[in-house]
Amino acid sequence: MSVFNQPRKRVIQLIILGMVTLIISRLFFLQIVEKKYAKLADANAVLRKVVYPSRGIIYDRQNRSILGNDVLYDLVVTPASVKNIDTAYLCNILKIDKEEFRKRIINSIVKNGRVRQSVFAPLLAPEVFGQLQESMYLFSPGFELVPRQIRSYPYSAAANILGYIAEISPAMLKDTANYGSYNSGDYLGFTGLEKTYESVLMGQRGIQYLVKDNLNRPQGAYENGEFDSAAVAGKNLRLSLDIELQQLGEQMMKGKSGSIVAIDPKTGGILAMVSGPSFDPNLLTGSNRSANFSKLYTDTTKPLFNRAIQATYPPGSTFKPMIALVGLDEGVITPSFGYPCRGAYYGCSRPIKCEHHDPGHAANLRLALSHSCNAYFSHVYRLSVDAAKFGGIKEGGMQKWADYMNTFGFGHKIGVDIPSEGRGLVPDKKYYDARYKGSWNSCTSVFLGIGQGELLLTPLQMANAMCIVANRGSYYIPHFVASIDNDDTHLLDKYKKKHEGAHISDSAYSAVIHGMTDVVESGTGRIAQIEGITIGGKTGTAENYGIVNGVRTKLKNHALFVAFAPAENPRIAIAVVVENSGFGATYAAPIASLMMEKYLKDSISTKRQPLLKKVMETVTLDQSLLAKSHLDSLNNNAIMLKKKKS
Amino acid sequence: MNRSQAKLTQGIDWPIVGLYLALVIIGIMSIFAAEYRGDDNVWYDIIHPNKNYSRQLVWFGVSLVLAAVIWLTDSKFFTATANLMYAGGLLLLLLVLGIGKDVKGSHSWLVIGGFQFQPAELTKLCTNLALAKYISSQETDFTKLRSRLIAAAIALIPAGIIILQDETGLALVYFSFFLVMYREGLPGVLLVIAFSGIVLVLSALLVDRTVLFSIFTVVTALVIYFSRREIKRKRSRLAIILGVYAFCGLFVMFVVPFAFTKVLKDYQVRRIEVMLGRENDPKATYNTRQSMIAIGSGGFWGKGYLKGTQTRYDFVPEQSTDFIFCTIGEDFGFFGSIIFLAIYVALLFRIIFVAERQRSTFTRVYAYGVAGIIFFHLAINVAMTIGLAPVIGIPLPLVSYGGSSLMTFTMLIFILLRLDADRQMVLR
Repeated sequence: MSVFNQPRKRVIQLIILGMVTLIISRLFFLQIVEKKYAKLADANAVLRKVVYPSRGIIYDRQNRSILGNDVLYDLVVTPASVKNIDTAYLCNILKIDKEEFRKRIINSIVKNGRVRQSVFAPLLAPEVFGQLQESMYLFSPGFELVPRQIRSYPYSAAANILGYIAEISPAMLKDTANYGSYNSGDYLGFTGLEKTYESVLMGQRGIQYLVKDNLNRPQGAYENGEFDSAAVAGKNLRLSLDIELQQLGEQMMKGKSGSIVAIDPKTGGILAMVSGPSFDPNLLTGSNRSANFSKLYTDTTKPLFNRAIQATYPPGSTFKPMIALVGLDEGVITPSFGYPCRGAYYGCSRPIKCEHHDPGHAANLRLALSHSCNAYFSHVYRLSVDAAKFGGIKEGGMQKWADYMNTFGFGHKIGVDIPSEGRGLVPDKKYYDARYKGSWNSCTSVFLGIGQGELLLTPLQMANAMCIVANRGSYYIPHFVASIDNDDTHLLDKYKKKHEGAHISDSAYSAVIHGMTDVVESGTGRIAQIEGITIGGKTGTAENYGIVNGVRTKLKNHALFVAFAPAENPRIAIAVVVENSGFGATYAAPIASLMMEKYLKDSISTKRQPLLKKVMETVTLDQSLLAKSHLDSLNNNAIMLKKKKS
Repeated sequence: MNRSQAKLTQGIDWPIVGLYLALVIIGIMSIFAAEYRGDDNVWYDIIHPNKNYSRQLVWFGVSLVLAAVIWLTDSKFFTATANLMYAGGLLLLLLVLGIGKDVKGSHSWLVIGGFQFQPAELTKLCTNLALAKYISSQETDFTKLRSRLIAAAIALIPAGIIILQDETGLALVYFSFFLVMYREGLPGVLLVIAFSGIVLVLSALLVDRTVLFSIFTVVTALVIYFSRREIKRKRSRLAIILGVYAFCGLFVMFVVPFAFTKVLKDYQVRRIEVMLGRENDPKATYNTRQSMIAIGSGGFWGKGYLKGTQTRYDFVPEQSTDFIFCTIGEDFGFFGSIIFLAIYVALLFRIIFVAERQRSTFTRVYAYGVAGIIFFHLAINVAMTIGLAPVIGIPLPLVSYGGSSLMTFTMLIFILLRLDADRQMVLR
């Protein structure tokens, strides 16, 4: 029987070979023809992990670190590994109840699953961290402390300049054109220098490829790290800012609303920029960031509003040097030009009052400046805009005047290297045509002559104008960053370029500078005198109006003072505004003077300490606003926290 | 023949022993690759059998002892006790139905002193022996329908009980005995019918039944038209054609839908649909998909031993047991897979060669049975890992992790070697 069926051996062998051939052809397709499986395998098993570099450090002009990195710890949990721990003890340390503990564990499981780590308590306060670290062996391996870098501001100053970093928002993530390189959860600069110089501060993120298992748990380096790229730390910024000067300014602006801007006229480097009242930048780092932010955001004193670049004020009398410069350059006056003021300007229908009555107080430009004669400058303004060589105010005079203002840096953003700069307002022909429907003349805008009316400047613009006067025509765009370590960008190019203002003659500047030194020497700004230093300055007391209960109401005057020193070789140009306080000589000039003394002499002389004390104690902010403000308690908390840390 | 005088290993078929050892060692290495993590202390794990590969090493040791015992047993013992063993096997299977333990949804495990044991594996051996005994007995005339039915019953009764234990995969293996019966004279037309049946089932699953029924109708009409002269000569021809037509129609229209809704379990239906590409449920396709990714990512040369990312990091489920072929496919690629399959083909062909050199029908039937079982396991297991067959949980012979399976295949092969060594005798 078997003999008959012997050939069937061949059939069975063929069946086996056939099946194996089928398998091999399928393998050929899977392993050689089809390429997608290799990619799918990588997607399965290779974890791309971003390694964050440490962010660049910011130094002041004396190479003091004013914005660095601190390490805080997150408590992270792996829910699957939490077994047999003293939950009550952990809750006690973290100051949470058992219900909250349960909730956080469940949240972690929902978010990342049982076997992966989730943050259980972020950015632990130092004392909590200390307690936890000692007893960590009780809670491991379910719980672990993981370090995280946060920004820290050792001098607790310059909040609005330095800015802060925060987690990228969903809206930004969608904007791939600008934020394409960021991932959800990344931190980036939101304001100030942190934002402007984000690209250099952030450094270069490294990428680490890790092998992961089916539950996404990392299992080690992929291909021995052959494809990994190292993280490159962010570049450090070196500022022209003097942090001690900045601190002094912030202390003096306590209880006041306003700002100080001090610039080195030789470089355009900003030495200090204070917006009062200020807040401790450390409030916007660490675990209470968002809570503090909303408190600052809603505070009645508006500390997040950087008044130095965002607020605009009528410059008042501090504007008179600029009026004089235009008059001199247009040739409508000479330095010896005088005006017979008898206590008011009667050139237009409504008299403009002057503080001085004695004849001869405006006998020439120097005298008029040092006495701040309103009549004189109203007259000079009208002469300038009505000048026949431009065909009168409407033909070209008004526009010519506005052009002068633009070359002084008014009416447009100057281009400082922090965001949100305001442009202010310089009214021109178009403005008045629109506003008065063509029926206007030089009397309509005569208040511009004394820095009132429609004109609005930012404190930065005022300080920059002082640079132009001090430099006799030229200026550099005011900026904070003097250099970037290992700079390979062109971010700073525009700040190295010298700008020439209106080509106004040197003699015109000399006349104005003389007038301004007289202001401090013998005029309205005598309080600003510093022993051994010649100061050119100008006081200002600006009328202003606000809407109170829906009615346009005259508010308390803004006090202003602009100055530069030493007059013969200026190293600092400054503008100070103290809102709704009173006379410029009383409230603004001392602040400016103390700032200049600190910068030029490195300290305040003992003789002037009482003045400093008085300035610091002066409160000009409205009591009703202060009563509702939490700013002081917030700042105190931040200082307490810092003390605890160290 | 007096064996005590001769060399102890006299008559042993070394090629089969070599191929056997090669497969077991590849198996242990693959299980190791599936489990090993960079920081494992290998020696510690081997001494304390707490890993699959170390346990498999222990099973290998036990298997070698079994092999030695079988080698020292007289061949006549196997022919003499074949029926007894078959009866014992059936009894065990029934026992499992009663007191068995559920493991991963199948009620097919016995627990004896802490060890889990699957009688369904062992009964393959018993059935093979009983079938060989029946076909080789002098009273059996395998050209008779009655003998063939009895032989089929011997093969399928255990399969029936195993289906009751929810181990459909292992039960399917018993159909491999039809290969033996084919060799012993079962009409070839049965193979054709079986093949046609598979095609019919697949087309019934793949093609809409009304469309399929219309096709049958058209084909039948054409066949009748072209064979109208023959039909005129022989009326019965028409009856056959119409009979086939009626059967196919009924099968497609009623049997398949009925089987799908009433007979097969939900998960079985889903697995079949996954294989046919009709189901995209990610949960159901996960195993096959991960297995295909692992094998496909191996490329031509593979990623190298212990370098597969898919098999080492638990992406493929049942990594050491049913999906062990993934490790070979990923680590050694297309090239390694072909070598691996070639070892199996060599083993199968060698067993067939050994079968054909026997004087005893018993040994020949037994040998073909062994070849059939190994072939079925191999074909279904590998086809399943590469998406050619639905996921049926049957192990890769000698390679997959599992004591019952390794010992059963060891016994199957070493009994064959024992019988072959005594091929001069006529065993019945």
